Amino acid sequence: MLVLIVLVLASFGYILVRRRAIASVGGDQRILHSLPSYYGSTALMFIAVPSLLVLALWLLIQPMLVQNAVIGLIPAETINEGSSVGLVMSDVRRIADGLDTAIAQGAITSVNAASLNVETSNIRAQLAEVGVALGSDVAAPVLAAAQRYRAMNANGSTAMTLSVLTLALIGFALAYRMTTAAFRARNTVEAGVKTLLILAASLAILTTVGIVFSMLFESINFFRMHDWRDFFLGSKWAPNFRGDSDLSILPLLWGTLYISFIALLVAVPIGLFAAIYLSEYAGPKTRAVAKPLLEILAGIPTIVYGLFALLTVGPFLVSVFGRGEEGFLSVEWMSGATAVLTAGLVMGIMLIPFVSSLSDDIINAVPQSLRDGSFGLGATHSETVRQVVLPAALPGIVGAILLAASRAIGETMIVVLGAGAIARISLNPLEAMTTITTRIVSQLTGDTNFASPETLVAFALGLTLFVLTLGLNVIALYIVRRYREQYE
Amino acid sequence: MTTNPVKITARNVQVYYGDNHAIKDVNVDIEDKTVTAFIGPSGCGKSTFLRCINRMNDTIDICRVQGDILIDGEDIYDRKVDPVQLRAKVGMVFQKPNPFPKSIYENVAYGPRIHGLARGKAELDEIVEHALKRAAIWEEVKDRLNAPGTGLSGGQQQRLCIARAVATEPEVLLMDEPCSALDPIATAQVEELIDELRQNYSVVIVTHSMQQAARVSQKTAFFHLGNLVEFGETDRIFTQPEDPRTESYITGRIG
Amino acid sequence: MSDTPVTKRKGSLLVQDARTIKRNRAEKRFQMYGIAAISIGMLMLVILLTTIIARGTGAFQQTFITLNVPLLAEKLDKKGNRDLADIKKVSTFGYAPLMQAAFEAKVAELGIETDLKPKKMAALLSKDAAAQLRNFVLENTDLIGETVEFQFLAQSRVDGYLKQRVTRDSIAKDKNINATQLDLVDALVASGHVVKKFNLDFIIGSDASDARPEAAGMGTAMMGSFFMMLVVLSLALPIGVAASIYLEEFAPKNWITDIIEVNISNLAAVPSIVFGILGLAVFINYMHLPNSAPLVGGLVLTLMTLPTIIITTRASLKSVPPSIRDAALGVGASKMQSVFHHVLPLAAPGILTGTIIGLAQALGETAPLLLIGMVGFIASNPPETIAEGLMSPNSAMPAQIYEWAKRADPAFYERAWGGIIILLVFLITMNAIAVLLRRRFERRW
Repeated sequence: MLVLIVLVLASFGYILVRRRAIASVGGDQRILHSLPSYYGSTALMFIAVPSLLVLALWLLIQPMLVQNAVIGLIPAETINEGSSVGLVMSDVRRIADGLDTAIAQGAITSVNAASLNVETSNIRAQLAEVGVALGSDVAAPVLAAAQRYRAMNANGSTAMTLSVLTLALIGFALAYRMTTAAFRARNTVEAGVKTLLILAASLAILTTVGIVFSMLFESINFFRMHDWRDFFLGSKWAPNFRGDSDLSILPLLWGTLYISFIALLVAVPIGLFAAIYLSEYAGPKTRAVAKPLLEILAGIPTIVYGLFALLTVGPFLVSVFGRGEEGFLSVEWMSGATAVLTAGLVMGIMLIPFVSSLSDDIINAVPQSLRDGSFGLGATHSETVRQVVLPAALPGIVGAILLAASRAIGETMIVVLGAGAIARISLNPLEAMTTITTRIVSQLTGDTNFASPETLVAFALGLTLFVLTLGLNVIALYIVRRYREQYE
Repeated sequence: MTTNPVKITARNVQVYYGDNHAIKDVNVDIEDKTVTAFIGPSGCGKSTFLRCINRMNDTIDICRVQGDILIDGEDIYDRKVDPVQLRAKVGMVFQKPNPFPKSIYENVAYGPRIHGLARGKAELDEIVEHALKRAAIWEEVKDRLNAPGTGLSGGQQQRLCIARAVATEPEVLLMDEPCSALDPIATAQVEELIDELRQNYSVVIVTHSMQQAARVSQKTAFFHLGNLVEFGETDRIFTQPEDPRTESYITGRIG
Repeated sequence: MSDTPVTKRKGSLLVQDARTIKRNRAEKRFQMYGIAAISIGMLMLVILLTTIIARGTGAFQQTFITLNVPLLAEKLDKKGNRDLADIKKVSTFGYAPLMQAAFEAKVAELGIETDLKPKKMAALLSKDAAAQLRNFVLENTDLIGETVEFQFLAQSRVDGYLKQRVTRDSIAKDKNINATQLDLVDALVASGHVVKKFNLDFIIGSDASDARPEAAGMGTAMMGSFFMMLVVLSLALPIGVAASIYLEEFAPKNWITDIIEVNISNLAAVPSIVFGILGLAVFINYMHLPNSAPLVGGLVLTLMTLPTIIITTRASLKSVPPSIRDAALGVGASKMQSVFHHVLPLAAPGILTGTIIGLAQALGETAPLLLIGMVGFIASNPPETIAEGLMSPNSAMPAQIYEWAKRADPAFYERAWGGIIILLVFLITMNAIAVLLRRRFERRW
């Protein structure tokens, strides 16, 4: 709504200022420093940009301020055993939102809502009527906090509307006053546009910062509740929603690395040989057909691979390694379709094109003169590839494999559907194991309580995953870049 | 002038790059233990013809070779001939020094290894040392055989490449403008080396520089637009060319 | 120079020595490895695609049972005044007897002998059938009192029986269907009253609860994906292009620019689930945007696609030769004008191609959607307005497929594969457009 008003104002400003610019030179546009539309755009920019920026910032900061103010109102004793400030805060929010809904639906008047009292009215019942379910009866301090929360939010919104509109008007006035024939409107607009461009470019940084901070804060919360030694050094993963869980990353890390290892075991030889064949032996026609076909494998969404693992590869492996007498090998080694091997094989297929196209590029970057040198000495093509081309391309290929490994570690859908949910450290690839990504999904889906370590552990897992993959990526990209420079 | 036995014989050689007729009906006899220089303006086909002699053109898909090239009387384009075996006999040194990204020792040992010339480490060491000595670079690198070959200077790299070619004990050594990427001092060293190599090999060198051809070669062939215009004793070609095209090239009017 | 340590190998070139033969064999083997590797890759692609097609096409066909239902006025409109409010009071339970009667009548009319009770006969129909009937009546109150021919969805076991997924052996312990019922199905198939035909509802319909796999469709999830893509397109394209223009054309070469560049290439390789965590923490927990809303999904996917778009856009900006820039600057245009008037239009096809590929990537992405709650519920009502489409809970195509894959009934697996076919059709179309664009506008400078 507010955004709309600002935009309308801005377009008004555009028209008015453009007119004024033309009027100021008596209709002779040639006297103007810049095209009339630039004057209009100056107004547009002056009105819309600062006010919308303030609006966005306000929306970001207000919840934080309000939350801090309200938390101070909640006395420590209202926080029950096993509960936390976060939990109570979510109650506060729910009551406040509930009251707003009730007013909007006409169930209570705003005056009544402001004077609600725990002794005289059953708030839980009243809110239930308008469709807001509360987990327990409302305690007095919580209600007080909720009232305060509402009041602050309402005040905040009013103040926000006022300041945004004022800013817009000031912007308009400024632009209007500055509009004279000599005003360098184009330069002003261009400086403004450039600022916008810079903002867009820094969004990438902002995203990274957002990723790091969002996970860091919750991870810190987690480590306040849970011993970090158990998380990093413990050996058991057994979340228990009544509390007191064993939350150790090691079994998950083991599962992740084991599955990634199998995936690379499949993808690296196949991908590398495919790349060698495509870049060294294949004619242009074979290459034009085979390369895009292989790359289709990389374009297929991972959910498809997940389903393929769960419903096709898993049952197939069971029919080979399981089912006792009925099975292909008449053995009983595998009981369920989800297993390390299932997920690893399918992930390996997915990674083939990653390894092959990167290695292909890298092998192609090896100078022809090295090949000629080797041929000139009477080496066969394969000797040349193995003893000259591959050693020369090795750093780049290592980089490609690291990138594929990082991809494997962070892959989610295939392991969610194909690897199983049992956290264990075992060497048997036919057993189900679980990974970091699967646990993040399972701890954060369904009904989650952001005050319990069982949920927050997902953030610590996410942070570990992020650091792990980031490390691999940085090393890999560094190696690949160095390699490229070497042959440029 | 002594005449040595003929090592390489080319008869009616034609080379096509796709539709481009790059070499037109070349006939030439190249002698053993002689340095033969191919000269001519850029794009005249001298390098192409050189690459025919050890079938390096096989690696280019669109290249077709017709006619006969015989080494010791055997047609190297015969279907029974394996280019790999041929190239062990006909070594090649390239325009730009191209040492492998390995140690100096490994660079030289590469050829003998793939051809199985050495039985055991000691013998291989001996071959490497011998080759490096023959390429006149032993004294400079004997203390750092395990250093990467790419770390040497341009002239050293080229001599390393010559050592690498010599180590496989070829009978013919083809050199494709071996000095064009080198400075004058390095060039002088390599030229000296070429002159020495003549004692054991039949050396064919492609060069842009007529002075170089005059300095190192005994026989010279002048190529122009894919034709072998004139072939003969180097001294005679440079002093009394028979063909007017040769004369204008030598006097600097075409090229 | 006679101290040659090895003897020269003399031998004819025409005869391959033993070593050469051995080496050539190794050469052949090595080539075979390469061919084998490529063949394995291709084989996997073929297996994957045939599995999808073989298992998924069934979802586009559904079994229907034809019945003539008498819409008895005394059951549906007791007061007889055709008041819509009164008719609405009859719940789907009120319709069940009508269908049982209709089934019994149909069986009697065809002269099929069976000892099934009418209730058991009607159990062959989908649990959705009564609702289907009720909706029809509410829309056509004037038809009350007449007999209307309907094609009802059959329940999933009947559908599975016709598709050979359910066999007489496999139903031994199945309480949803028994052998006598299958006998009746056989008889009805013979008489042409049970037929398998194309099921449009799978493509445009909504998801259904666990007990009614036969009624589940992709339509609503498709809307969810559509709204997410709308958000991604309207945010990622302008921001991505703006960022690329800055980095490629204006940014000074300094450490800040370097950091941004390294950052972008790293962001492109961050696991998608991490973006899901970011979305959960920032958009839902902090900004209190609604859970499961396509808006949130779109925002998360925007952040995820941005690096891809920036990288491709920069590549296409880079491919515009500097001479164009110089020409514009030469006639007195400002740097900004030269970029926006000349460079950008020339780079547009490349940018568009990159954007489409980025969108295709976002369309198939599942993991982040799990964390912002786009699974685990039944997306039943298609949104009516754009705002509702953005803010009200919905699913998305890949999330819907995941949801189906998790359910216990194998009938949902078929729908999951079918959903994949739909998803892949979208992806193939998008990529084909991208390839065509590239071909059409490819320019050699």
